[in-house]
Amino acid sequence: MTQTSDAWHPSDRELERRAVRRSLRRRSLLVASAATVAFFGLVWLGTVSSPGWPRVKSTFFSWHSAKDSFPSIWHAFWTYNVRLFLIAEVLILVLALTIAVLRQSRAPVLLPLRIVAVVYTDLFRGIPTILLVFMLAFGVPALNLRGLTNSLFFWGLVALVLSYGAYVAEVIRAGIESVHPSQIASADALGLTRFQAMRHVVVPQGVRRVIPPLLNDFVSLQKDTALVGAAGLFDALFAAQDYANYHFNFTPYTLVAGYFIVLTIPLARLTDHLQHRAMERERQGAR
Amino acid sequence: MSEPLLEVTDLRKSYGDKVVLADIDLTVDPHDVICLIGSSGSGKSTLLRCLNLLEEIDDGVIRFGGREISDPRVDRRAVRRDIGMVFQAYNLFPHLTVLDNCTLAPRRVHGVPKAEAEQRARDLLEQFGLADQAEKHPDRMSGGQQQRAALVRALCTRPTLLLLDEITAALDPELVGDVLRIVRDLAEQGTTMILATHEMAFAREVASTVCFLDEGRVCEQGVPEQIFSDPTQERTRRFLARVLP
Repeated sequence: MTQTSDAWHPSDRELERRAVRRSLRRRSLLVASAATVAFFGLVWLGTVSSPGWPRVKSTFFSWHSAKDSFPSIWHAFWTYNVRLFLIAEVLILVLALTIAVLRQSRAPVLLPLRIVAVVYTDLFRGIPTILLVFMLAFGVPALNLRGLTNSLFFWGLVALVLSYGAYVAEVIRAGIESVHPSQIASADALGLTRFQAMRHVVVPQGVRRVIPPLLNDFVSLQKDTALVGAAGLFDALFAAQDYANYHFNFTPYTLVAGYFIVLTIPLARLTDHLQHRAMERERQGAR
Repeated sequence: MSEPLLEVTDLRKSYGDKVVLADIDLTVDPHDVICLIGSSGSGKSTLLRCLNLLEEIDDGVIRFGGREISDPRVDRRAVRRDIGMVFQAYNLFPHLTVLDNCTLAPRRVHGVPKAEAEQRARDLLEQFGLADQAEKHPDRMSGGQQQRAALVRALCTRPTLLLLDEITAALDPELVGDVLRIVRDLAEQGTTMILATHEMAFAREVASTVCFLDEGRVCEQGVPEQIFSDPTQERTRRFLARVLP
């Protein structure tokens, strides 16, 4: 009396078990909600009941100032911060990947480049990004070289790319080194060149492993676009400062913070999703 | 007769629409050695994973030590304390030495003092011919050594039931013998085991019950003499004709 899969009906025990699972789930949902409400309620209460709250509210959370400064900050944010990091992210990835792969190269001819790669990471990781922005944005134009642009945007971009390229190169290198040597062995055994092995086997695996720290660096980069504002680029933070200085109200700062957050969250969710999908596809037992 | 150690009734497991196990009934008494045989994809590994609750089942009941462990309210970790498992790919922790691999669970889960846990591990390692490997890291050892170390790791917690999931499938023939010898010793010492295996000669020699799985169902089960010499099912006959020399 074998049943076919169509004929199967859950047994009473299974139905009972499902009910138990449901009630367990309900209970954990309840606990989670209660804990969340209690936690944030307390934080909220603690903030609102502090003696200086009315003052903070009017200087940092003024609806009027928010509305008033919104257009100018929005404009500065889009034209400078967003453009800066969109361009920088692509360049950084290319630069960092090249540096990381160069450091792994074994060809004797490439030794000088390997040295450059090591010196570059050591040097540029060590210099505070804001100093790099100042040095390039003020220093290069002061050279009075013909044919070189004096654009603040351009040199700010270069500074960010150089600084973050060094960080990201190290992150990618960590990913590459985490790939088990047996993978290189099997690529070698298939007759792939060292570069092909890197390109098709090692780098894809290594990069996937370091996506969370890479995202970390990119989020950090998005925020550091504001450093170019310190050199005089009229970015969102500068615009906010401008407004704050005229109106004695800090609400634009809150607004800028909001912009940055809104920008990073979708990116974080997207990478989470991509990673989860890759995991489900490749690994048994992953849920 | 005393109560069975493990009792599976009407177990069913599916991944989405794909039914991988259906109507599985299995009874394991203390000191039994159950060999699960069948082609790849017949559900042997999934069944083992269901037994120590690595997979959630879709229907049926699993009773272990007189208690239903398929109940969602059961503490899975408490169940797994008493069930040892060895995997096909060894699954040793590569960042720990063999000794640390073997003492991790006894110390952290079972609360055995360090000295005692290490003594226990060293005794077993010696018994399995690995005395000189204790301080090595797993990836430095051969496959046979790794699998024996994995067996030691499972035994260090003194489980009442041992699940072995095709533990010789990744080994070359020369090393298979070493590992099987150990499993045979364990069987003689009365260890209760359920093992998924492709080693028919071994199953015939060691098993108290052989269980032939086909497309997620128990097609036939019985004592090895009967299954191997006089199978009642056509499918069993066909499978054995393919795998026996």
